[in-house]
Amino acid sequence: MRFLLVEDNAELAASVAARLKLDGHAVDSAATLDEAEACLGVAGYDLILLDMMLPDGDGRDFLARHRKASRETPVIVMTARSAVTDRIDALDTGADDYVTKPFDFAELEARCRAVLRRRGGGAQTLRTYGDLTFDPLAATLAVGEERRELRSREVRLFELFLNAPERILSKEHLCDRLFSFSEPVSDNAIEVYVGRLRKKLAGSRARIETVRGLGYRLTGG
Amino acid sequence: MLLQLLLLAACLSVGLYAAVRLGADRASEATFDAVLGAAAGSLAEEVRVAEGGITVDLPPATFSMLSAMGEERIFYRVDVDGAPVTGYADLPLPEQLPTALAPSFYDANYRDTDVRIAAILRSIRIDGRAAPLLVLLAETRQGQGAIAARLGNRAAVLGLAIFLAAIPFSLYFARSFLSPIDRLAEAVGRRGARDLRPLRHPAPSELQPFVTALNSFIARLRGTLSQTETFLAEAAHHIRTPLTVMRNEAELALRQSGEEETRARLRGLIRAADESARSASQLLDHATVLYRAEQADWAEMDLAKLVRDLVERFRPAAEMRDISVRLEVRGTLPTRADPVLVEAALRNIIDNAVKYSAPDGLVEVMAEAVAGEARVTVMDRGRGLAGVVDQGLKRRFRRGANVSDVPGSGLGLTIVEEAAQAMGGSFAIGPREGGGTCAVFSLPLL
Ligand SMILES: Nc1ncnc2c1ncn2[C@@H]1O[C@H](COP(=O)(O)OP(=O)(O)O)[C@@H](O)[C@H]1O
Ligand SMILES: [Mg+2]
Repeated sequence: MRFLLVEDNAELAASVAARLKLDGHAVDSAATLDEAEACLGVAGYDLILLDMMLPDGDGRDFLARHRKASRETPVIVMTARSAVTDRIDALDTGADDYVTKPFDFAELEARCRAVLRRRGGGAQTLRTYGDLTFDPLAATLAVGEERRELRSREVRLFELFLNAPERILSKEHLCDRLFSFSEPVSDNAIEVYVGRLRKKLAGSRARIETVRGLGYRLTGG
Repeated sequence: MLLQLLLLAACLSVGLYAAVRLGADRASEATFDAVLGAAAGSLAEEVRVAEGGITVDLPPATFSMLSAMGEERIFYRVDVDGAPVTGYADLPLPEQLPTALAPSFYDANYRDTDVRIAAILRSIRIDGRAAPLLVLLAETRQGQGAIAARLGNRAAVLGLAIFLAAIPFSLYFARSFLSPIDRLAEAVGRRGARDLRPLRHPAPSELQPFVTALNSFIARLRGTLSQTETFLAEAAHHIRTPLTVMRNEAELALRQSGEEETRARLRGLIRAADESARSASQLLDHATVLYRAEQADWAEMDLAKLVRDLVERFRPAAEMRDISVRLEVRGTLPTRADPVLVEAALRNIIDNAVKYSAPDGLVEVMAEAVAGEARVTVMDRGRGLAGVVDQGLKRRFRRGANVSDVPGSGLGLTIVEEAAQAMGGSFAIGPREGGGTCAVFSLPLL
């Protein structure tokens, strides 16, 4: 996905951008509302991540203008202020969703998906692997003609494999991506989810292999 | 105020009546006396000495003058040399004889009626010498009484009219004097609790010191409150921004590090950052709730819509743990409340339900109108409250013994309870039949 990140704190912007790029997203950064407008003038984005307090104005003003110009790009607001008040304000002015800093990137992605799903985006996000068609927005996996519903964690797990096909992913790595860090996770938790995913893959040439002592690998594409 | 004014008007009316009555009596008496005296004078002119005694020609002009005063009867008596010579000899004499210059007047009772008598002393020539001539002219007094009564009645009518006229005037004056105060009070009362603009209402100069004092109080209050609000916002910003950078950097490092020992440390770091952020959030939310509860800034809102929106926002977070949120809400639930407080409360309830549920769990949220209340019920099939229901969970920083390794600050239910109480609602949490927890948050329906 292509993100426009509007955030004036340079350190914070750099770390958010780096983190998003790590997951394979394209990110343009704007430190002011003016810069943001300039970016929107030349490129199209799937999503705008908007800080509320910016040096040349309020995020609310940007939202109001954005809606008035009836631009379609969904906006997710990143708030750092008095939690509740800011959230309500942001939604009132037409943001699609909000996250409170600091946010979990997995949750941010889940929210992006939810927003895009609500906006009815979709077809272009379809991904194929061998005889599989994966729709992360609709959370479905089609084997040939047969469509299977995935739960959120299955979607995220399959996405991890799909981003690195034929590569061995360690259990720890998968755990870190699949579970929140404050959540108690048992050693075999990841096995449970890999097991579920394998069931959803049944009948396909693609499969998830266990590489003893190292982790798992998606093959058969 | 109005009563005093009316009382004053009544006193003035009565006073006016009394004064007019007295004046009328005096005036009519003086008029009568003047006419009577003049008549007596002209009668005295008509006394003639003739053959065989004294004669009096009653002058018709005199009597027409007298009868003009009303249906009065006239009596006269003429004395020469101190002895009655003609007229009614029994007409009472004055106590003191009048002087030659001025007639004297007196009241008497003659033949069972009140009469007014004018006595005039002249001299008359009889047989070549001057003899004293006393002329008495009496007239009954009904006419004078009638006139005085008429005048008095008029005075009474006038007094009453003035009194009646005074009522609307009093009302008007009372109102025009009181209305600036009333308007001020209304202007202050009509304001929302958060409306802390200075009062710019036109006020009479007498009220100016009061308005000035009120405005300086408002200004001080506004200063304090905006400091609180700004402080909360700034505090949140200053805590969250560096935490975000820290968490992001740690996550990046975790992704790039292959060394398990370092990775474990980084996970610990992220956990700590998350925990700080959560505690800061809860503390700031708590402060916000206390501050807003104080402000009592209620507005009409639809609880059903808020619940719908809130659950929609919550879903992605719940789905991170494959927990589904089922929402059951129909129609609208109009209430008067502070949406910020309601959101804070419901968010904490739903957050608990998700947090204390096992992965793949189901959280059910229902919003409905029950017995005059807008009621939101949140149910989960999580670990439940076994053994902790009576642990005073709504108290500050109080966590149950059932939490094991679920992170938290113990402020959630405190926030919910405070929000509910501030808005005249209620909150209860208890075990759910068949396992899990059931929390009920209610607000009065509009
Ligand atoms: N849905 C729930 N299921 C089980 N226990 C709960 C639930 N909600 C609240 N509790 C108990 O109430 C305590 C107080 O809740 P709260 O004030 O939100 O603090 P915490 O930060 O621990 O969640 C919790 O520590 C927990 O013991
Ligand atoms: Mg809680």
